[in-house]
Amino acid sequence: MNRRRAYEDDGDFYGERTRKRRRVSENQEMEERLETLILRVGENSSSSLESNLEGLVSVLESDLGNFRSKILRILSECPIKMPEKCTIYSTMVGLMNAKNYNFGGEFVDHMVKTFKESLKQCRWDAARYALRFLSDLVNCHVISTNSLLQLLDNMVDAANEDSVPQVRRDWYVFAVLSTLPWVGRELYEKKESALENLLVRIEVFLNKRTKKHHNSLRVWSVDAPHPQEEYLDCLWAQIRKLRQDNWAEKHIPRPYLAFDSVLCEALQHNLPLIHPPPHQDSFEYPMPWVVYRMFDYTDCPAGPILPGAHSIERFLIEEHLHSIIESHHWERKDCAANLLNLSYKDKIPLEYCIVEVIFAELFKMPTPRYLDICYGSILIELCKLQPSKMPQVLAQATEILFMRIDSMNTSCFDRFANWFSYHLSNFQFRWSWDDWDSCLLLEPEHPRPKFIEEVLLKCLRLSYHDRFKEMMPETYSKLLPKPPMPTYKYTMDGAASLPGTATAHKLVVAIRQKCTPEDVLNELKDLPNPRETSENDMVESTFNPLKIDVFVQTLLNLGSKSFSHTFAAISKFHLVFKSLAETEEAQICILHNVFELWVNHQQMMVVIIDKLLKTQIVECSAVATWVFSKEMVGEFTKMYLWEILHLTIKKMNQHVTKLSKELSDAKERLDRNAESSSSESEEETAAAGADAAATPQRRRKKPIGDNSDKPTEEQVERMEEKLEAAYVDQKRLFLIIFQRFIMILSEHLVKCDTDGRDYDTDWYRWTVGRLQQVFMMHHEQVKKYSSTLESLLFTSDIDPHILDVFHQFTALRS
Amino acid sequence: MTSVHTPSVALSKYRDQHFKGSRHEQERLLRLTSTLYIGNLSFYTTEEQIHELFSRCGDIRRIVMGLDKFKKTPCGFCFVEYYTRDDAESAMRYINGTRLDDRIVRVDWDAGFVEGRQYGRGKSGGQVRDEYRQDHDLGRGGYGKMVQMGQLGANMRDS
Repeated sequence: MNRRRAYEDDGDFYGERTRKRRRVSENQEMEERLETLILRVGENSSSSLESNLEGLVSVLESDLGNFRSKILRILSECPIKMPEKCTIYSTMVGLMNAKNYNFGGEFVDHMVKTFKESLKQCRWDAARYALRFLSDLVNCHVISTNSLLQLLDNMVDAANEDSVPQVRRDWYVFAVLSTLPWVGRELYEKKESALENLLVRIEVFLNKRTKKHHNSLRVWSVDAPHPQEEYLDCLWAQIRKLRQDNWAEKHIPRPYLAFDSVLCEALQHNLPLIHPPPHQDSFEYPMPWVVYRMFDYTDCPAGPILPGAHSIERFLIEEHLHSIIESHHWERKDCAANLLNLSYKDKIPLEYCIVEVIFAELFKMPTPRYLDICYGSILIELCKLQPSKMPQVLAQATEILFMRIDSMNTSCFDRFANWFSYHLSNFQFRWSWDDWDSCLLLEPEHPRPKFIEEVLLKCLRLSYHDRFKEMMPETYSKLLPKPPMPTYKYTMDGAASLPGTATAHKLVVAIRQKCTPEDVLNELKDLPNPRETSENDMVESTFNPLKIDVFVQTLLNLGSKSFSHTFAAISKFHLVFKSLAETEEAQICILHNVFELWVNHQQMMVVIIDKLLKTQIVECSAVATWVFSKEMVGEFTKMYLWEILHLTIKKMNQHVTKLSKELSDAKERLDRNAESSSSESEEETAAAGADAAATPQRRRKKPIGDNSDKPTEEQVERMEEKLEAAYVDQKRLFLIIFQRFIMILSEHLVKCDTDGRDYDTDWYRWTVGRLQQVFMMHHEQVKKYSSTLESLLFTSDIDPHILDVFHQFTALRS
Repeated sequence: MTSVHTPSVALSKYRDQHFKGSRHEQERLLRLTSTLYIGNLSFYTTEEQIHELFSRCGDIRRIVMGLDKFKKTPCGFCFVEYYTRDDAESAMRYINGTRLDDRIVRVDWDAGFVEGRQYGRGKSGGQVRDEYRQDHDLGRGGYGKMVQMGQLGANMRDS
């Protein structure tokens, strides 16, 4: 049957759609043709949309006999997968309903089922698009206004439930509000007072709700020039303005208007009574967000006007752009092309809208949807596709962001610095640095000079030192990073007076002669222990800071040529590291010596500490304690130190996640094998389904009767113990970090109070910003320990400034 | 995060001719690997620069620099190994075709590093492509080796 030659099979292991379809049956061909026709309706065509729709509808009419269920399915999926084409599909369904009342009824039932399913499965965007489609069907005379209003009322009921998370209640109101641009006018014309009642109920809800989370989601702490509106507040303002304009909405294309004479003859259906599924503890709702704005119409040059912040057009455009990014983030070139190809692109300052939406995603709190580099690479593609406009808009955006950086939150500051250095590295690092040189007059801890310093450090990592020396104007010399060289004290001036120098030199010779780890320990043997000079001889004999100093700095200096050389050195002398660093104190000593040697090469410090964690030479808790140590006070506000802390926390998180997954897999295998071993394929699918829900990447390939890797009860128990131990370590790590933050911040606040100084210094802002960053970046993991944190650390006697950060964090999911 | 198969992560047409195993086996490995081949690097691009850029897609397990077989100096390619396939796919999606050290780099799947594969396979010790190319590329030692050795006409050596 398969006459294709062997080599044609290779290439596309995954891609069903790109493989040539086998002509199995005429029916299947027809189905696929129908599907394509429906999917592509409204796309580039020489004939008008109306005639395309009419043509397609009559084709579908005639095919209803054979392909009814397929047509029902595709027509209900398309408006959800392609929400921007909602009105096209509602027109189609409207036309079909006008000709065939029964089909209309069946479709409505099908769509209602789709809507309810998505609510039950917590697919919130799908649910919102489904609701929108149902509303649009009112515009096409498929569904009655009364029954829609009943549904919307029931959804607002859900917003007024007690003892459910606020994020649930907020979502139900958001869903209703976001549907009104489509159907507001129709409801206003036919059922004005019912619409008004609905809006009053919503207004009451909005006035009562708390927005504790708002501050932690803001990109900038001040509201000038653009307020960082909480998302529901913004949409409500936009809907109110739409209402003021009598619901006259001009942005959404409405093909059904052309068919009004046909559609108004159709009989409408009533929606069945729909109640939102009740809340379950396992349900997770979307987190709130702020509406990111950086441009207004004064920023755009002469041309189409940027719709105002409270215009409904702004909401619709932004939603559309975000959904394009969602659909195409896997392919940056397609994404850029689609963003630039909006059907209404000539009516708006498109590049500004796009840039604003992309930065909205990049700066989203608590964390961006996709990798930072995804957005960075899409911006580069946009510059390639629109070289006459995009680079200028991007430069303007960068200027704006730099001007407002004083009030930007720390998480976004990091992302901005990382993005800018990455972007520059793709454009030969060309930038008009002179324009920014007024920032050189500011204190070095001020966000503006700090931003430049951090950008230069990141650019340095992507480039090399001499390049920057040539490139930067003379005036910037004090911000220029030092050449990234090791500072090895045992060969510098003054080395003769150091206690470890002689041993260090001997060690160099020995290591160059390829000695063993035991040889190294031997060389170090005779070094005195400075800790033993005190009377207390209960000193831990293995912890000898001098040995650590000589060994670590000498070895790493020998391996200083590249990362690979350093890693090879660590690997070869792993034994020495382990034997010198048995306690946390000793591990912190190792870290400190890494710092001493590599103080001018931040990137090297980051990768070395990463390697020390991976090879289990140091523990996560040691790194955390070291970050907050006295020795690191001078480095405390530098980005790289937090890079180190966050990678440490991530390692711990990954460790916990991995053990947790292994345990649930093992438990599931144990349960499955405890049942009858006959091959029941439903069981297999159910198990795979349940497992897939928890671990989407796993695929069950083993046959059900395979007991070869069945875990024993004891093995599962041991895994549970390991996981418990990991949770303990993870909790301890967070406790250490948060406790240290509380200590240093409280100290600062008390001291400022006693001295009568303003507490709001640059240092204070950076430190609070870093505390917030820990909560935001790791919120998924931290939330497990919220109650412990509340009872042990963030108690009511803590200064309200500090407590506030914690409360904003817990408000994210309340 | 489960990934989706789209053109950016498809296999290219390149197959390693020195691969020990069948074509089928090589392709199976290419579809599972988390190792990437990075090409068109400058000879002066360092491991540090590569690490900084590629870490933006995920945690790097290791980088193996491609070396001239005789001189043992970098000759313009390397391998980057991630811990997960997803991270490697991100690099294919977001780094392939962008710049590192001012050059457009090529990112492609690799069946896995094996000792010996870090060396150039060109007769002169570098990569094969540097044997035959006729353009002048400052970052890759100037003219191609055959041009340098005068086999393609002495006049091409005038810069």
